[in-house]
Amino acid sequence: MNGKAGTAIRLADCAKTFPNGTRALERTSLEMRGGETVVFLGPSGCGKTTLLRVIAGLESPDPGGRVYFDDEDVTNLPIERRNVGMVFQSYALFPNMNVADNIAYGLKVHGVAPDKRARRVDEMLEMMQIGELRERRITELSGGQRQRVALARAIAVQPRVLLLDEPLTALDALLRERLRIEIDVLLHSLGITAAYVTHDQGEAMAIGDRVAVINKGAIVQTGTPREIYYKPASSFVADFIGTMNRVDGTLRDGSLELPGGRIFWGQEGSGAMQVLFRPNDARIVPEAGAPLRGVVEQVFFLGDRTRLHVTGVADRAVVVETTEHGEFQVGQAIGLRIEPGALLRLRD
Amino acid sequence: MRGRENRNLLLMVAPAIIVGAAFFLLPLARLAVVGATGKLGLAAYTAVVTNPQYFEALASTIVLSVTVTVATLVIAGITGVFLERNHFFGREALISMLTLPLAFPGVVVGFMVIMLAGRTGLIGELTTYFGAGRLVFAYSIAGLFTGYIYFSIPRVILTIMAAAEKLDPALEEAAKSLGANPWRVIVDVILPALKPALIASGAVCFATSMGAFGTAFTLATDIKVLPIVIYTEFTLLANIALAAALSMVLGVITWATLAACRVAAGSTAAAAG
Repeated sequence: MNGKAGTAIRLADCAKTFPNGTRALERTSLEMRGGETVVFLGPSGCGKTTLLRVIAGLESPDPGGRVYFDDEDVTNLPIERRNVGMVFQSYALFPNMNVADNIAYGLKVHGVAPDKRARRVDEMLEMMQIGELRERRITELSGGQRQRVALARAIAVQPRVLLLDEPLTALDALLRERLRIEIDVLLHSLGITAAYVTHDQGEAMAIGDRVAVINKGAIVQTGTPREIYYKPASSFVADFIGTMNRVDGTLRDGSLELPGGRIFWGQEGSGAMQVLFRPNDARIVPEAGAPLRGVVEQVFFLGDRTRLHVTGVADRAVVVETTEHGEFQVGQAIGLRIEPGALLRLRD
Repeated sequence: MRGRENRNLLLMVAPAIIVGAAFFLLPLARLAVVGATGKLGLAAYTAVVTNPQYFEALASTIVLSVTVTVATLVIAGITGVFLERNHFFGREALISMLTLPLAFPGVVVGFMVIMLAGRTGLIGELTTYFGAGRLVFAYSIAGLFTGYIYFSIPRVILTIMAAAEKLDPALEEAAKSLGANPWRVIVDVILPALKPALIASGAVCFATSMGAFGTAFTLATDIKVLPIVIYTEFTLLANIALAAALSMVLGVITWATLAACRVAAGSTAAAAG
């Protein structure tokens, strides 16, 4: 066993230019603590998979870039000697082997004796709760079962780091949610260091200890899901993760003036500026005496919450979400209160 | 409703059945009968085993065809996977050159082998020039081998390329991440995935080699392959019954091999899903 500590991963100045001249990854440095799950989040083609493949050893960084596992420089170590576990979107199970042989493959390659191999396979089957699939052919498995086998196969060899490339993308929504929770529990109970690539911000927030948001080949922000959500470093991050209201206002005497009223903000300076806030940071209050006033334009009942589009507050409609049970009518006049701390100003 | 559909279906396949019967089944039946009506009677069918001359021809045809098939699968297998994965300048030209032999009749292939390794061939000229004596192998089994390989490669290489295209690169990456070296990746991942294509194209390659006539005829080698023996018995010795019997034996062996391969490929295809 690797113990609970897990392997720390460090990338130093890793860039990747493909032979055809495509710059997939700008110079990137990244540290992953032992046992930590870091999600690489970004739109397709942003370089998140390339980053994962550099860690795996499937791509070597451009000259000057180094990859470290703990203190060991593994930059020139081929993937088969890095001891990394990989899980793919397409599952990538060997079709010519049954479930048990797939899980045992890495152990067999490492020269583990047959009886020890069988014991470890049993352990993995039990851990993934797929004991009844032991002798099944891969083609007889559902997508969710396949990904469980793929996880078992990757973990069986006790890798130093687990690399998951969009592992849930091929599954349907319900199963995705369930397996996501399982993976989350699994990663933390094993204490293994994991890098998890996804384009789904909900998945990223739920599974990541930290999220690295990637755009155009560069990490644009790294932080806990909460930091990424509430303190986006750029408008790209703000827009990519969840819904963000973006309004034009004027700062005067420490207050932000909007068409629908004014909010005391306590900021220095003055002049026109763009301000951002999350839909759930605007609280609905009685219209009389409210700092901001508007009119409900559209109502979307989402079950656990209600989403309103409100006009009149700002130069454009703002999105407001509330978990209150009260019903709202289109055309209804409402008041809004936004705590000063929830207002964001971005530099870009 | 159902009955009418079946009738219509039967009507549509009728031309195929008629043509098949007229040009395949009837001649084949006639051939089988003729084979048994010579002065040897039914013994003509066993002559291929009892007569050392015929047996030798059959054995060398099989050995040659098996060797050619294996060698072709190795050469075209490696080349096919390589060509599928690497895109370089002149790749298209190389692929069309490799498939060029499909355009030549066996006679021309034999002629080309003579130009290469015959008594006045290129290789002989070169070895003479370098003082190693005149190397001539066109008229031996090596010449046959060269010619057969030449026309077999295109039959295999396109099938392999099509199969290699469907290989999921993630499979190889998964194997590597689990510690498999490149050799193990080939044995555990690539070969199993290519197996149906290897069996199918290998079967075609074997059948073609078993029945090839033009190349062997042009080279007039000291080793007689079965199609040449059949030709000699039929045309020169007018031993029609024996020629017919030998033809049947050649046909049955080739057909049985193809059928066995189809069964093997079928079971792997089912296993691979």
